[in-house]
Amino acid sequence: MSSDLIQIEQRSPEGDWTATKPDFRKGTWCYSATPQNLTSLDLPNPRPWQPSDPDWKLPENWKQILLDGIKERLEKYRSFRLFMDLCVRCGACADKCHFYLGSGDPKNMPVLRAELLRSIYRRYFTASGRLFGELAGGRELTEDVVKEWFYYFYQCTECRRCSVYCPYGIDTAEITMIGRELLNLIGCNTNWVLDPASKCYRIGNHLGIPPHSLKDNIDFAADELEEITGVRVEVPIGKKGAEVLFVAPSADYFVTPHYYTLLGYLALFHEIGLDYTFSAYAGEGGNFGLFSSHELMKRLNAKIYDEAKRLKVKWILGGECGHMWRVINQYMDTMNGPADFLETPVSPVTGTRFDHVRSTKMLHIAEFSADLIHQGKVRLDPRRNDHWRVTYHDSCNPARAMGLLDEPRYVLRSSCNHFYEMPDSTIREHTFCCGSGSGLGTDENLEMRLRGGYPRAMAVKYVKERHDVNALACICAIDKAVLPPLLEYWAPGIEVAGVHELLGNALVLKGEKQRTTDLRGQPIQIAEEEPAHA
Amino acid sequence: MRYRAGFALLIALAPACAGVALAFLPKPFLVLAPAAAYAACAIFLLGLPARLWRWTSSPVPFRIPTTCGQQRSLAWIPPARLDNPSTGLAAAARMLLEVLTFRSLLRNSRSRAGDGAVHTRDSLGLWLAAILFHWSLLIILLRHLRLFVQPVPAFVLTLQKLDAPFHTGAHPLYLSDLALLVALAYLLLRRLADPVVRYVSLLSDYLALWLLLGVGLTGVLMRYLVGVDVASIKQFAISLAVFSPVLPRNCGPWFFAHLFLACSLAAYIPFSKIAHMAGVWLSPTRNLANNNRAVRHINPWNAPVKTHTYAEWLEENKDKLKSAGIPQ
Ligand code: SF4
Ligand code: SF4
Repeated sequence: MSSDLIQIEQRSPEGDWTATKPDFRKGTWCYSATPQNLTSLDLPNPRPWQPSDPDWKLPENWKQILLDGIKERLEKYRSFRLFMDLCVRCGACADKCHFYLGSGDPKNMPVLRAELLRSIYRRYFTASGRLFGELAGGRELTEDVVKEWFYYFYQCTECRRCSVYCPYGIDTAEITMIGRELLNLIGCNTNWVLDPASKCYRIGNHLGIPPHSLKDNIDFAADELEEITGVRVEVPIGKKGAEVLFVAPSADYFVTPHYYTLLGYLALFHEIGLDYTFSAYAGEGGNFGLFSSHELMKRLNAKIYDEAKRLKVKWILGGECGHMWRVINQYMDTMNGPADFLETPVSPVTGTRFDHVRSTKMLHIAEFSADLIHQGKVRLDPRRNDHWRVTYHDSCNPARAMGLLDEPRYVLRSSCNHFYEMPDSTIREHTFCCGSGSGLGTDENLEMRLRGGYPRAMAVKYVKERHDVNALACICAIDKAVLPPLLEYWAPGIEVAGVHELLGNALVLKGEKQRTTDLRGQPIQIAEEEPAHA
Repeated sequence: MRYRAGFALLIALAPACAGVALAFLPKPFLVLAPAAAYAACAIFLLGLPARLWRWTSSPVPFRIPTTCGQQRSLAWIPPARLDNPSTGLAAAARMLLEVLTFRSLLRNSRSRAGDGAVHTRDSLGLWLAAILFHWSLLIILLRHLRLFVQPVPAFVLTLQKLDAPFHTGAHPLYLSDLALLVALAYLLLRRLADPVVRYVSLLSDYLALWLLLGVGLTGVLMRYLVGVDVASIKQFAISLAVFSPVLPRNCGPWFFAHLFLACSLAAYIPFSKIAHMAGVWLSPTRNLANNNRAVRHINPWNAPVKTHTYAEWLEENKDKLKSAGIPQ
């Protein structure tokens, strides 16, 4: 490894953690949210400030706000109350966090990240802590603690890897979520979370692209698909009475390499004749509210059911996105349901009834496509992906908050001839995060992202060296945005692709012309024989 | 806070010393023994449910299991029934096996980053120590029934036999005694010697271990090294069990040390992390089924929130929709 790269090394921690303070050095934290973004979302204490300022201009009664906030959440969330009490500090979770592995900073051990809040809980909310203070593991709540919370709760991607190994299932992501909610109460937010959240809320996508430009983009995608395949596809937006509402992360409409996945969706929907519609109002499946507070998550998510109701669709299909699926699988129905105005999704092509989503009525596209392929309803020519030697990155949320593991793999194996898994300790429920999830994927935070993404990158490097892998497939919009620079840094020569992009390459369309390029315009070579899969 | 382990040891020594001292105090003081036993039992029996009640009084607003395997989705994809349970029954099985076999710790590994790699190796020491400790403690507690019940129940006799397969002479060596002490020693040494675990350890983490070691060591001491009058101890124990306590005569200083340490431990449990014995059952990342999309979970405090409605959005975007030909 060349010496001008960030040096990753782990040293044994020494001394007393309560005596150390975070070092807000450039590259390891995100800018604060602008007052406009707080105002647009009606959030408290908007003001200009930056984490590197000595004075954070906290509201006068910040301490009381935080203590009240903790109390309220202890009463509302059994998870929070239990996780404050249960930890035995066994250390099993310590080296499971990619941020600890990549930064070597002991406060990035999940157990200690949680202790940052737990020590305050003990001091103010337990008898022993009130009586014995430090001896009972308590700590005074000071402005330095607030700064520490901000630093370390925005160095956790809420990936839940630690929770897999904890004997009590303590989920530090849950503690981070509560920690961020508390910071929210005193107006300490990051712009990379609130800016997309505010744009999704007001306009309908994370970049704030107005509806007519959204339509332009999608029409452009249809043109491009026609150029590549010779097939003209119709792409309805806001079509009332369509059978299916399709919701993708909005990055798919606007940025690369996500955009190639959009081409894949369009090709697939056209080929099977799906009666579907996009939405400009609820065009965003991604939910940056999840990274801020439960309430904001709910406010953003509500649009999807509202739009499904307005358009009178029968069910909802969701695109490739990680945290969007955490929200859909674990929160949507509870928060904004019941979806009694929808029907249990039934594939119009195969007739499969997707009973496992009979309440939420929202299906993952990998579940939908795997069924299509398994029932032999689409023709695939995997040789058209022969220029790719593919591995698959399980995004944290579909893996550990859902268990969507084999569906995308089935789609990939059907669409590609060369597929290789990364080491077992880095895939499926053990998967390592991209290092930039939960709203940390911003440029000013680059060093910390490269550190956090290091374990994932090393696993990719391993299959690159061993199997000449040159494509990393994934089903997450954040992954598609942040893995390219990560891999460029640690393991150059690997492209990041969507599962439905690769499916789109292999998918044989009725009436298509001889394809010479894949969906990203790279030349492919098609042998003259029959397709290998039918 | 560098002296956490030492401080904790001093605290744990207090009940041990008090116990030893009791043996040399005038007889009336012996009344402290049954008093301590009843007080500790009361604190334990009331404290633990109180703690449980406190935990359960906070609702479970969302169903958030940590999924550790394939979900149940399409009929032809085999789901991970235990690690990603799709029914309440499967979740119960996951929970039960977690408690009985510590499956999450069984996944444990050690990773180190550096030199262009992350080196990961299996690490089962913690799992082994934890399982040895918890199971031997259970066996030892059950064996203690022979002191409280007359005649000794048959299953206790069987357990004793199984626990001492190399039975020779009058003092069979119970494997559980050995396992308990070895496991506790490992857990303590690990806490002191592993820089990561030492860094995160609190005084209370050491206190729990010292108390347990104290109880274990005094017990082993009485059983194998210093002779004690078992008949007297049993008489005292039975008298406690039937709520007509007699004064514990001829029981000796080690017995009182053992008793006071055990009482301190029992009374400490409801207020300490050892209450995980009850709390683990409630953990929402482990005891819930991942069936949110099939069965709606209800949040008791679910409240309406302010949203940006379609009507508001339409108002702001009417022209744009019109110019783009998007239906309204
Ligand atoms: S694995 Fe669980 S109990 Fe052990 S230190 Fe981590 S959070 Fe605490
Ligand atoms: S949720 Fe992920 S990022 Fe956060 S502490 Fe756990 S392992 Fe680290």
